[in-house]
Amino acid sequence: MAEKMSRKPYHREVPKAGWVFDHPRYMRYMAREFTCLFIGGYTLLLVIGIGRLAAGRADYEAFLEALASPPSIVFHVLALGFAIYHSVTWFNLTPKALPVQIGEDFMPDKVIAGAHYAVWALLSVGILFLSGAF
Amino acid sequence: MAKSNKPLVWGPFAAGGTITAFVTPVLILLTLLAALGHAPDLLAFDRLHAFASHWLAKLAIVGVVFLSLWSAAHRLRITCYDLGVRADTLVATVLYIVAIVATIATVIFLWGI
Repeated sequence: MAEKMSRKPYHREVPKAGWVFDHPRYMRYMAREFTCLFIGGYTLLLVIGIGRLAAGRADYEAFLEALASPPSIVFHVLALGFAIYHSVTWFNLTPKALPVQIGEDFMPDKVIAGAHYAVWALLSVGILFLSGAF
Repeated sequence: MAKSNKPLVWGPFAAGGTITAFVTPVLILLTLLAALGHAPDLLAFDRLHAFASHWLAKLAIVGVVFLSLWSAAHRLRITCYDLGVRADTLVATVLYIVAIVATIATVIFLWGI
């Protein structure tokens, strides 16, 4: 019906999947969005690990051994890179998501993002220390 | 999707994005160290089993797992749409169900520890 009423109906173009490669900014956006594959995949790996832990000592130790396989190491290195990229992009957006107003002015972006980076660093070192990594 | 559902979907996404930004890199580092033969003490069976026995640790693990999976599922859903997949309801249903089922599995696993 709507088409009959309009002499020149608007048909929205379905974008080609290759739009990502049209501009570096789009590529960075997609790289950020693709971090979810690695974070989601790694979390599923953790769930499997918890399952092995619940199953008993032998199963858990077999799981740890499987972690040392080359594909697992490659996955870990990639996942670490993407996870750090997610953290950086997320913290860089915090001044937009959590603007802090003091009187007339807003707290500078660098302070808000910087505070997140500081907490991130402390938390990471703290977890490494408490887990006996060093 | 009805407008009224949005905060319900988006809230855990934002919380999960924040929690993964803070803890996922260091978690990956822990298991990477284990994979490279320098397993941190915490990842030894007895230590980790004792750690996961505490109710507070269980709560934290379930929270981190759920929020991480939900935010990843939500982001993947949007990415599918961006790449031209228009079956949004199907994609959303499958991804959110995976996140929920894996969370339930985690709860069941931890129940037995």
